[in-house]
Amino acid sequence: MSRGTAAYLGALAALAALTALAFAAGRFPVSIVDLLGAFGSKVFGFAYALPENAETVIFRVRGPRVLAALVVGAALAAAGTAYQGMFRNPLVSPDLLGVSTGAALGAVLGIFLSRDVWTIQVFAFAGGLAAVALVYWIGSSVPRHDPLLSLVLTGIVIGTLLGSGIALLKYLADPYNQLPAITYWLLGSLAAVNPADLGAVSLLALAGLLPMLLLRWRMNLLALPDDEARALGVNTTRLRAAVIAAATLMTAAAVAVSGIIGWIGLLVPHAARLLVGPDFGRLLPLAMLLGAAFLLAVDTLCRTVAPIEVPPGVLTAMLGTPFFLWLFAASRRGW
Amino acid sequence: MNGRAYILLLAASVTCAPASAQQRIVDGAGRAVELPTRVERVYAAGPPASMLVFAIAPDKLLGWTRAFRPNEAAFVAPKYGALPELGRLTGRGNTANVEVLLQLKTDLVVDAGSTAETYVSLANRVQQQTGIPYLLLDGRLDAIPASLRTLGRALGEATRGAMLADYVESALKDVKARVAQVKPEDRPRVYYGRGPAGLQTGLAGSINVELLDYLGARNVAAEGRGGLAQVSLEQVLAWDPQVILTTDPNFYAAVWKDARWQGVAAIRSKRVHLAPHLPFGWFDFPPGVNRVLGLYWAGLLLYPQAFPADLRARVAEFHRLFYHQAPTEAQLDALLGEPGVLPR
Repeated sequence: MSRGTAAYLGALAALAALTALAFAAGRFPVSIVDLLGAFGSKVFGFAYALPENAETVIFRVRGPRVLAALVVGAALAAAGTAYQGMFRNPLVSPDLLGVSTGAALGAVLGIFLSRDVWTIQVFAFAGGLAAVALVYWIGSSVPRHDPLLSLVLTGIVIGTLLGSGIALLKYLADPYNQLPAITYWLLGSLAAVNPADLGAVSLLALAGLLPMLLLRWRMNLLALPDDEARALGVNTTRLRAAVIAAATLMTAAAVAVSGIIGWIGLLVPHAARLLVGPDFGRLLPLAMLLGAAFLLAVDTLCRTVAPIEVPPGVLTAMLGTPFFLWLFAASRRGW
Repeated sequence: MNGRAYILLLAASVTCAPASAQQRIVDGAGRAVELPTRVERVYAAGPPASMLVFAIAPDKLLGWTRAFRPNEAAFVAPKYGALPELGRLTGRGNTANVEVLLQLKTDLVVDAGSTAETYVSLANRVQQQTGIPYLLLDGRLDAIPASLRTLGRALGEATRGAMLADYVESALKDVKARVAQVKPEDRPRVYYGRGPAGLQTGLAGSINVELLDYLGARNVAAEGRGGLAQVSLEQVLAWDPQVILTTDPNFYAAVWKDARWQGVAAIRSKRVHLAPHLPFGWFDFPPGVNRVLGLYWAGLLLYPQAFPADLRARVAEFHRLFYHQAPTEAQLDALLGEPGVLPR
């Protein structure tokens, strides 16, 4: 068995075990028997009397949250993998072109205007897309510069501008009422996910994933210098635009339901690359599996260790950093 | 200095002399503050302090922390509703400029709220920097009568301060006596849901749920101590509160339609309630004397057997005393008749 196959099997096994554990664990006590009974009655149609509220917890609260953690983790990891390959830089994360900051500004505006949760999420999604569209439009209309460099620089300056917009809204927000809500949103959390959110984020993430899967072979050519890729018959400008659009769609959808959760889009692709190497077709699925498993593990801890929620951004870094350093030290594979 | 200027200066110092007579006031943090006996222009550092100054001497208040919106301004006389927005000076989000204090010729700065070391040092800094006396009053419910008396003396309105203090004191005593009648087993489990998703709550000891602590309520989130915290819906389902109080109209509207919440006891028994918010919120923000009404409101919702069902007279009296304008019948209807405020 090759090393790559072993990595895939290991990631799948970890994901399956974590998913089972995540369904079984939670603040609301649901016994394993009830859990199996609930699924059994859904799948095989036999009658099973669930305790009060257990069905709501399993199918409307915990279930959607577990699945949302998987989708968000996979989406962030996929977007990060695509960006790192495309920008030929291992320090790149999916928010390089401002998608997270744009989404955050949208959400903060929604909270500032006292809108309901669904509208806040729509604002966040639209903000993420709009920010990247703006960066791409400015970055690609600057003449006489390396296209990648002008994209990155535009992303940085627009990101700063949007960040100051967030700061201004925080400053103007009602400090007793809106400011805590803004702070919690910016910390990120999957606590409020409902089935409708899960449906929306899954569809959008899938829509972003599809082009990446179809373009997986050409993605490798983006790692080459532009003139070499062109010599091989690839329209790098169009390919790059397609990948940015796909990755942005995935990230914006993820951030809209989860708030900003760092680390995954930056470091999970590295972990996957250490395991299977840089070929995009092999790398992307593994990064998604690892991202999903990692965010699920983190979120399960977030909702179980204490009666109050632990912000996932705190745990992703606390758990992820030692794991990544260990993997880095143990691996002999180069970039 | 030439002779004429000297004489002018001398004259000025003589005419100013009576105004600069000093009095010494010990504030809520135990700081002894020297201030002029005639205080005419007062800057309130945050909403709780604004309310205290406004209640005692509305014409001495220079402005509000945040300008009144039209629906809020309807509850006070037009000249008070039109006072300018001056920003806040303490706590999270300083939006006021210290120079503004000087430009407004402020006689006194008043803040009410926490008397922790952070706020004491802030008061001292501003006082040293500007030379304007700075009173820091204790904003906890139990301390409000003392704060009103102190501020009354500082503003030269000792009688009015004492009258308002007596009112609050007797209200607090009345609330305590009513709560004492309620047996522990008759106290429902209550959850306070904030934010658009209703998943932020106040832990034991947080100023946000001081009302619940005061009412001896069984706050389900009180197993943790601290301030505000995010909780999961699953945890709320596990707590299964019998009453939910909220300050967020979006959450109040959504909770009846959201299938995930339907299993919670409070929703099945229709005991989810939205706190009135005009002109100041009744439950937790701003954390000022406005919460005295909130005590009667939440008391009625939690222990209907022990609290008077009709809030109209009490609301009208409170408005007349603290906001200088009794609400019209239509305003009372709007305040108390808003969906969710009271059980139907």
